Amino acid sequence: MEYYLIVSAIMFFAGIYGFFVRRNTLAILISIELILNATDINFAVFNRFLFPNGLEGHFFALFSIAISAAETAVAIAIMINIYRNIRSIQVRNLNEMKW
Amino acid sequence: MGLTLETILFFVLAAFITVFSILTVVTTRIVRSATYLLFVLLATAGIYFMLGYTFLGSVQIMVYAGGIVVLYVFSILLTSGEGDKAEKLKRSKFLAGLGASVAGGMIILFITLTHQFGPTSTPAPVEVSIKSIGYALMSGDKYGYILPFEAVSILLLACIIGGLLIARKR
Repeated sequence: MEYYLIVSAIMFFAGIYGFFVRRNTLAILISIELILNATDINFAVFNRFLFPNGLEGHFFALFSIAISAAETAVAIAIMINIYRNIRSIQVRNLNEMKW
Repeated sequence: MGLTLETILFFVLAAFITVFSILTVVTTRIVRSATYLLFVLLATAGIYFMLGYTFLGSVQIMVYAGGIVVLYVFSILLTSGEGDKAEKLKRSKFLAGLGASVAGGMIILFITLTHQFGPTSTPAPVEVSIKSIGYALMSGDKYGYILPFEAVSILLLACIIGGLLIARKR
């Protein structure tokens, strides 16, 4: 079981690193996907190895996938709107909320 | 942990996930980053299949690999120009980010490896049947999930309307 947790921890902190270092908003979103995916692995692994009779972690992972899909769709709509307005999606150029 | 076929499969998947998740965040071209993200998500679905959660693995492939990565690739191609490289960051900030993530990873790995979990059984990965998933998802008694199911449906409806409102032309 610890091996699964090590894999998901590495994935999680790769996501954290990308979230800190990248300066493109889409790259930051990709890092967020990595983080969410690592937590989904943890839910499934804890359910399988600690509570093999229940299904709670399975359904938590299922709803987490649905919510992250919704979040990604709205975030990409926002990115496209920002690109239409200021012709760039780098974080450096995003210094005002209203124009 | 003997060297069975499942162990070998797990180590292959683990190496795949590790290498590609690190490549996702260090590569400079963002289209390559999305492609590596696709590989990471497929390997995650492989881990779900190994654990016996076939339905979860297929949902992962359908929603993530089929929907989200396509959405990412489309929006990357829409928004990034020719030769759009990652911007150079100041060295101190880069080192701060690297140090913070490595230190956090070390702490989490230390806690994971030293903590005594409860009675961990290593059960054979029995497959969860679709029938039990359907009954649990649609029942309203103690182990039923009808309320989060409806909440997610309302969330998806709000997400459709919000996406249309945000991204439409004015």
